[in-house]
Amino acid sequence: MDEIFKPSRRTFLRGSAAIAAGTVAGQAAAQGTPDPMITELQDWASYTGAGVDETPYGLPIRFESDVIRRNVEWLTASPISSINFTPIHALDGTITPQGCAFERHHSGAIELSKDDYRLMINGLVDRPLVFTYADLERLPRENHVYFCECAANTGMEWAGAQLNGAQFTHGMIHNMEYTGVPLRTLLREAGLGAAGDLADKWVYVEGADASSNGRSIPMEKALDDVLVAFKANGEALRMEHGYPVRLVVPGWEGNMWVKWLRRVEVTDMAVGSREETSKYTDVYENGIARKWTWVMDAKSVITSPSPQMPITHGQGPLVISGLAWSGHGQITRVDVSKDGGVTWETARLGKQGDTKALTRFYLDTGWDGSPMLLQSRAIDETGYVQPTKNQLREMRGENAVYHNNCIQTWFVNEEGVAENVEVS
Amino acid sequence: MSKSLNLFVPAIGGTALLLGLAYGISSRDYGAATIDTLEARVQQIEANAAQASAQAQAAAAEAARLLQEREELAALAATSGASLTAPAPVIEGTYGLGRVAFDEEIAAWDVDVLPDGRGLPEGRGDVYTGEEVFVDKCASCHGDFAEGVGNWPVLAGGFDTLANRDPVKTVGSYWPYLSTAWDYINRSMPFGEAGTLTPDETYAIVAYLLYSNNMVDDDFELSHENFTDVEMYNADGFVVDDRPELEYAAWRTEPCMENCKDGVEITMRATFLDVTPDEEVEAAVSTPTSEATPAVAVAEDAGGIDPALIAAGEGAFRQCQTCHQVGEGARNRTGPVLNGMVGQTIGSVDGFRYSGVFEQANAAGEVWTTESLAAFLTDPRGTMAGTKMAFRGVGDEAEVAALIAYLQSFAD
Repeated sequence: MDEIFKPSRRTFLRGSAAIAAGTVAGQAAAQGTPDPMITELQDWASYTGAGVDETPYGLPIRFESDVIRRNVEWLTASPISSINFTPIHALDGTITPQGCAFERHHSGAIELSKDDYRLMINGLVDRPLVFTYADLERLPRENHVYFCECAANTGMEWAGAQLNGAQFTHGMIHNMEYTGVPLRTLLREAGLGAAGDLADKWVYVEGADASSNGRSIPMEKALDDVLVAFKANGEALRMEHGYPVRLVVPGWEGNMWVKWLRRVEVTDMAVGSREETSKYTDVYENGIARKWTWVMDAKSVITSPSPQMPITHGQGPLVISGLAWSGHGQITRVDVSKDGGVTWETARLGKQGDTKALTRFYLDTGWDGSPMLLQSRAIDETGYVQPTKNQLREMRGENAVYHNNCIQTWFVNEEGVAENVEVS
Repeated sequence: MSKSLNLFVPAIGGTALLLGLAYGISSRDYGAATIDTLEARVQQIEANAAQASAQAQAAAAEAARLLQEREELAALAATSGASLTAPAPVIEGTYGLGRVAFDEEIAAWDVDVLPDGRGLPEGRGDVYTGEEVFVDKCASCHGDFAEGVGNWPVLAGGFDTLANRDPVKTVGSYWPYLSTAWDYINRSMPFGEAGTLTPDETYAIVAYLLYSNNMVDDDFELSHENFTDVEMYNADGFVVDDRPELEYAAWRTEPCMENCKDGVEITMRATFLDVTPDEEVEAAVSTPTSEATPAVAVAEDAGGIDPALIAAGEGAFRQCQTCHQVGEGARNRTGPVLNGMVGQTIGSVDGFRYSGVFEQANAAGEVWTTESLAAFLTDPRGTMAGTKMAFRGVGDEAEVAALIAYLQSFAD
């Protein structure tokens, strides 16, 4: 066996534990012994189960207790100003349940009630206005599914393969169905006559928390598809996602999706806030930085198999599954490679993706037990093809933190254990 | 017609409510000046009401047209099976929702400062004052010389590192506008006590940061008058997103499907670095029967302490958790772990670097009692002069008691 195909001790232990479990489960059938799960009366088939109202608001069954958000402690100084990761490796379909959708706070998640909520629209408007939560509920609202991806997602992978798990390499993303009022409706309530020519105008949006996390958004986007959202996946936003009201900026970096939205100011220039100058700008090889890099380009990742989701069933039918998304619109195609990018086959889309939302893809295939270098490559409606890490490095160097949308490689060894690697 | 009338009525109702509210305020016993302001506001609102009424009529007409359009679409859909979904309607005029913001409200919230200096309040502060304020309020995270403590941001130096692999992006080396520093410090710092600085303190801190970055001399004073004269080192270091020209043009091409490269080699592996959190492995192999571990483990011998008081203390502890951890798995952060604090020798947490005053107390064998802890929490710098804990203290006696009860619920 080639040297590179040997798993490290740690991954090997993890993978072989999983394989052992799989083998035991499979043996009952293989040896021709009747399965006691079927032949013996089980407790759950005899005793009664839980009554209604046992959990007035339900949580996942305890067997799923490892499907949780996780933090990488060394990334940040304090959990108050930090980020954690969605367990995308363990989810399927496209909608992210709110309870495990990643969190990013700059001064902690705050408790702000609907009664205490106020939204101010001011600046270059005809009538500076204050809205209550109840006011927002009286305006025409829309429903849209959108992904929200932190600009730093996959940022730790610039210099090389670092974190072993799709949750950690690609988990700064979630995808929810939002209910909200278009921002343009609120801007029209305040009147944009005072702003004059809208072509060079901006809105500055800020939150009610101590960080305020202010960002400037060009007026064209503000009047296009930006939503002032108060529900996600049918229920109220969670505290950690900005309850009671957050901004939804489809296709654009998560930092702009201001939580606990309290103010929208029409301005004649970008404010140049901390979050749009010192952070969320991209330094390239020559030391010059790109600013206003708002759009999240097309990207994809295989969620299973992946380091946290080894193959435990041995040879035979295998479902390779993953997620693809683009801030420019719909995903039109996803290709999968099992040999590190030499040959590609086109995957099946779970369903035609919504614009600027996660799309699920599947490659229904078989595994003969030989090592694989799994990759996926997203293509969006503009014809943009997700680049390799080498293409990105040639274009930008390795100084940047944000907007790493490179093709990810998982090495799957003969045991079915998967590992985060880089390939030539 | 009846449908458009229904739409029309609430619009007027909303205006009337607004007028009633304004009248209610003006009839109270406020100072004459306030009443003048309110009377002017009532007149303004009356004018707005007339305008809103006209707009509402226009809105009603528009709504009637939209309804008709919708009915036509519905009829079309019924025959063709087409979708009825549509964006939220856009009407001529407004819905008349929201109320006009008071000037005082705008002044309270609209505090952003633009790169050209618009939005700066009057004020001034010099480097010397800035150093005092910085050491007092900022240095516990950012270091006395703005060099950064632990993972907290470095604010000074880093010049000529931007072309390196790990650029050091400080206020001096990277930030293009000084307004950004003033604005952010004013509204969001100190961490855990945002919004408490006076304009003069903010000017002084910004002056000190300029000094720490060797951008001004030690006798420099920053004010609203000379603010825009300061030249930032990296002011020209930014270009507007050029991905469309450079990248999209190159990568919007039909991709290769077969024989795309000669061979493939693994060039790097995450397991060599081994920086993935270990808890992930434990969680993955945990037995299904294990119950979820509570976020904090409460000591079993918390008996005798009112659980309600402990609960109140948990809420009050939020102001401490920026720097301190408590409970199972707690680690030293900016401040030490606080498990088993009452009865413990002062300054004795392993692996934490204490201020001198704590080292002295430790050497003298002094022990934390509920009394000494209460005194310290009420007035940290009065009780332990020279402590580097950047915290003003808790004013409320009941809150101090709750905090101590909460801390007592955690064993060592």
